[in-house]
Amino acid sequence: MLAAAPDAAGGEAAGAPGPGSGVAGADRPGSAAAPERVVSINLCTDQLAMLLAAPGQLVSVSRWATRPGASNMVAAAAELRANDGGAEEVWLMKPDLVLAGSFNDAATLALLRRLGLRVAVFEPARSLDDVPERLRRVGRLLGREAEAERTVAGFEAARASAAARAAGLRRLPAAYHYPNGYTSGAGTLAADVMAAARLENAAADLGLSGVAPLPLEALVMLEPFLIRTRSLADTRRGRAYETARHPALERLAALGGATVEERRQVCGTPFVTLAVEALLDARAPALAAAR
Amino acid sequence: MSEAARGRRTLAALGVAVAALFAASLLTGPAGLTLGESLSALLAGEGEAAVLVMREIRLPRAILGLAVGATLGLSGAALQGYLRNPLAEPGLIGVSSGAALGAVLAIHAGLSAAFPLALPLMALAGAGLAVLAVLALAGGAPTAGGGALTLILAGVAVTSLCGALTSLALNLSPNPFAALEIVFWMLGSLADRSFLHVQLALPFMVVGWAMLATLGRGLDALTLGEDAAASLGVRLGRLRLLAVGGVAASVGAATAVAGAIGFVGLVAPHLLRPLVGARPSALLPASALGGAAVLLAADVAARLLAPGQDLKLGVLTAIVGAPFFLWLVARHRRGLA
Repeated sequence: MLAAAPDAAGGEAAGAPGPGSGVAGADRPGSAAAPERVVSINLCTDQLAMLLAAPGQLVSVSRWATRPGASNMVAAAAELRANDGGAEEVWLMKPDLVLAGSFNDAATLALLRRLGLRVAVFEPARSLDDVPERLRRVGRLLGREAEAERTVAGFEAARASAAARAAGLRRLPAAYHYPNGYTSGAGTLAADVMAAARLENAAADLGLSGVAPLPLEALVMLEPFLIRTRSLADTRRGRAYETARHPALERLAALGGATVEERRQVCGTPFVTLAVEALLDARAPALAAAR
Repeated sequence: MSEAARGRRTLAALGVAVAALFAASLLTGPAGLTLGESLSALLAGEGEAAVLVMREIRLPRAILGLAVGATLGLSGAALQGYLRNPLAEPGLIGVSSGAALGAVLAIHAGLSAAFPLALPLMALAGAGLAVLAVLALAGGAPTAGGGALTLILAGVAVTSLCGALTSLALNLSPNPFAALEIVFWMLGSLADRSFLHVQLALPFMVVGWAMLATLGRGLDALTLGEDAAASLGVRLGRLRLLAVGGVAASVGAATAVAGAIGFVGLVAPHLLRPLVGARPSALLPASALGGAAVLLAADVAARLLAPGQDLKLGVLTAIVGAPFFLWLVARHRRGLA
């Protein structure tokens, strides 16, 4: 898992000649030209593509992009066709570029490549620095480099203003608490969001990396600034959310904490700065107390 | 001879059903192609997008549905005959759980994302190792009277161990996405399989079928008991190797490409025993066709019932299979009373 360098496996060059390559390439002179029919089948690439694509260039996004709990761009997604990411469905849209995430079904991606489609695969972002990198990569793929640079500049400005807001804050230990007792350790986008709000990831100090389970007992002993998330699904249901109502957790939350919308930070998109701002907003009372 | 005639009629009817369901599988999908469009795309190669949909997406899926179903039905009948146990099913001797463990390790280690065929290859390796372990545990030459029992016990032991290790991999999964991917894979599906999967799995399945197909007479003799069969000249050690090897090769390959699909191998022989009789040699081909028909029907239903939701095949076979099996048990009990 960790051996694969992010994006090294990304295969936009892998338009390997397959049974359908003649079909896909025949009526398009010069394969270096910008793709005209882009289909995205992953929530994260959906949003990057919607941010950067020229009008009409993006044909379809995944159904996740239309769900308010998960997507930051529901309105834009509503204008496009929603897909469920199956190979037959994608193929019939006759895309000249498919954007996918590394957690899309491996069999689907292999079949799309076999059909001669150009498939670009994106690893999940692990830091804020990955956001400009992802934006530029999508910009290159779509032939929208200038748009990408503009969006990167906007992102960097938002990041700088968040950093300015955070500059005076005292460093506090903090921890994420996700359903089923998971937390974000080192090397995650969520941990980087936390760092941008001058919070220290207590889970990372425990040696956790990636998204990992953190026992409630250990969490309570850390006495962190508790960050909970509003889930991707629109309602909270099921045993996974039991610990979210645990009295110990409520006591901890009463000491200070924040709720971040999961859709802001599940993907490496410019919307991630809104997660940083949400943490800073929640810290404002703490800041006032410190003064 | 009336039973033989009835057997032939049943086989012919099953053959027709399998052919019809194979065609239905080819005609089912989100593309909304008409019958004429589908056929001309499949046979004549007209209409470029439709051609690839039919030949590269739906055809491998239908072929795998047929082959995996036949594998499960045939293996179930062979094991029920060999073990003389009506509850025997292809997963009993550890093959499915070994294959599942291999596949889960491939997902866990991230190999399946880097190299798509890593998953089925690791699953095949897992199935092979599991069956070697079962044979080693059960001992080489079956002792009189104890052959079936030791094999069942060894199978249960290896299945439990592989199941536990699979749970461990889930438990230690690097992140919730990987855990979800593992869980979904284990539910069993034929969605978006390509000819690469067919090329990988079909040779193993054909070898397995060939081994199992030779079992008929030996299993018929075995219905009299192991001692009686041995006295009739059946070589029990060879029979066991063929049964276990055939199940391992075919079910291992089936699980490697489709995940764990339950109930088909258990139910198909029971479904057909009233029609062709309990003689294993008659039941083997009928059960293979029956398994293929059931799996193709389930795969069509999965696509029709919840288009876009990717309803998992293994879930559907279990949901339909379990109540059906209960009905079968109830009817059997009434028959005895």
